[in-house]
Amino acid sequence: MQTTLSKEFAPRSLWQRWCWLIWVAIIIAIYAWAIGGLQFSGLQSSAKTVSDSIVKGLLHPDWAYVYNGSGEDLSSLTIQTLAIAFLGTIVSAVISVPFAFWAARTAHERFYLRSGSGKVILTLIRTFPEIVLAIMFIKAVGPGSYAGVLAISIHSIGMLGKLFSESLENMDRGAEEAITSAGGNAPQVFVLATIPTIMPEFISYTLYRFEIAVRSASILGMVGAGGIGTPMIFAIQTRNWPRVGIILLGIIVMVLLIDTLSEQLRKRLI
Amino acid sequence: MSTPEIPQRPWRQRYHVSAIAWTVTIVVLLILSSMATGANFGMFLANINQFTVLLVQMSHPAWAYLSVIIQPLYETIQMAILGTTIGAAFAIPFSLLAASNLVGNQVLRNLIRLFLDLVRTLPDLLLAAIFVAVFGIGSTAGVITLAIFSFGMVSKLFYEVIETIDMGPLEAMKSVGASKVTIIWYAVLPQILNQFVSYFLYTLEINVRASTVLGYLGAGGIGVYLQRSLDQFNYSATAVIILATLVVVMVIDGVSNHLRRVLL
Repeated sequence: MQTTLSKEFAPRSLWQRWCWLIWVAIIIAIYAWAIGGLQFSGLQSSAKTVSDSIVKGLLHPDWAYVYNGSGEDLSSLTIQTLAIAFLGTIVSAVISVPFAFWAARTAHERFYLRSGSGKVILTLIRTFPEIVLAIMFIKAVGPGSYAGVLAISIHSIGMLGKLFSESLENMDRGAEEAITSAGGNAPQVFVLATIPTIMPEFISYTLYRFEIAVRSASILGMVGAGGIGTPMIFAIQTRNWPRVGIILLGIIVMVLLIDTLSEQLRKRLI
Repeated sequence: MSTPEIPQRPWRQRYHVSAIAWTVTIVVLLILSSMATGANFGMFLANINQFTVLLVQMSHPAWAYLSVIIQPLYETIQMAILGTTIGAAFAIPFSLLAASNLVGNQVLRNLIRLFLDLVRTLPDLLLAAIFVAVFGIGSTAGVITLAIFSFGMVSKLFYEVIETIDMGPLEAMKSVGASKVTIIWYAVLPQILNQFVSYFLYTLEINVRASTVLGYLGAGGIGVYLQRSLDQFNYSATAVIILATLVVVMVIDGVSNHLRRVLL
């Protein structure tokens, strides 16, 4: 009894007692490096007037820009942005399904050659930032929203393929076994058990990806890939702050609406 | 004795109304959006050789360029660390105010949450473009962009953690008359500290990824060189930048995953 007590209340070793100091030293070193390495430009002399006019512009948005019938106004470009995101997401969701079956690891696979290679391909696709993809596709199909659609479709394959394959790995195999034991062949198992089990999760991930795609589509225009980003970057470069204000407002409303809608749909699915 | 009634499916189920309606809606939306975006698969195929030229150039990375981009890569990581720290520091008070188990005032809580929701809707590149206009070209704009971006994300993660804590220690301290600050310091913080650090590291990972493209609009870091190489059609340099970024992201991911596993 005495021994166990003394063991429990044994003073901590020197190392245990002062270990945290090493962590503190490491953290201080990291921050010293981070702060010392950056050159802070500080405020520009014009920063005061610029931020004043930004605040003024944001508070007095250019309401006339919401709709002027030219096809270059906020409402038509917002619809174009949503169209880019929608088309890109649907295309990538369809293409991701075979990639997911390729990359999903199954129990009876030897050395994981097939699933491993699929995972490498998906990682390679994810490596390319969306902006770089957009610029590459602009070279191929010219500036415009089509380049944005292609960029989002390809970039989302990397992410959706990964999510889909993980949900395939974790799916409930009960329904498949039931069909097999009732004498079903492979196509029947696939149609009657695999697809119904996995579909809600696939759709839920696709909706989630659509939310992200809407945000991406609204900034891809900054490099010339269509949507609301193009007038946004022009307005910022020409210091047209009332217009920046109304576009920001438009983006906020659009993203909030899409997020709420998709959240409601996802809640009903699962 | 009446014959037992066979359960009937309602007509909505019998004729697959909702499935057909969804399919039709999606097909119509697809057609409308391909019209709106001018999507044309033939054009892509016709220009595919231009695209393959680009990919071929990218598959021969100019490794000599690596020495040029080492310094901006460091700058990218430094921007991410500072931006995440500033954002997380501001997120702590807001997340305490937004947690439903700490703040009884529903109006205040919903106002704070609405504010956080609004901050989260803004895409990072958009913030970068605005801050470059205010602070000029350079890493300051990048740090502030990342700070705001991580503020929105971290505060949501934080208040969701706070809402899961055990209320026992809080009630014990309240019953002996401890002040609000003391309660937060001795009863709330010890319960959530590990998860805070874990989410901080997770946000840092995301910010390292994000900061690599921020420079594209002049907000410092590796993105400046990314834009330069793309503008000069120097795709073998672009490939080096993308690969180097990938290595950095993987290293940061590895370190932070390891630390998070130790913490939790």
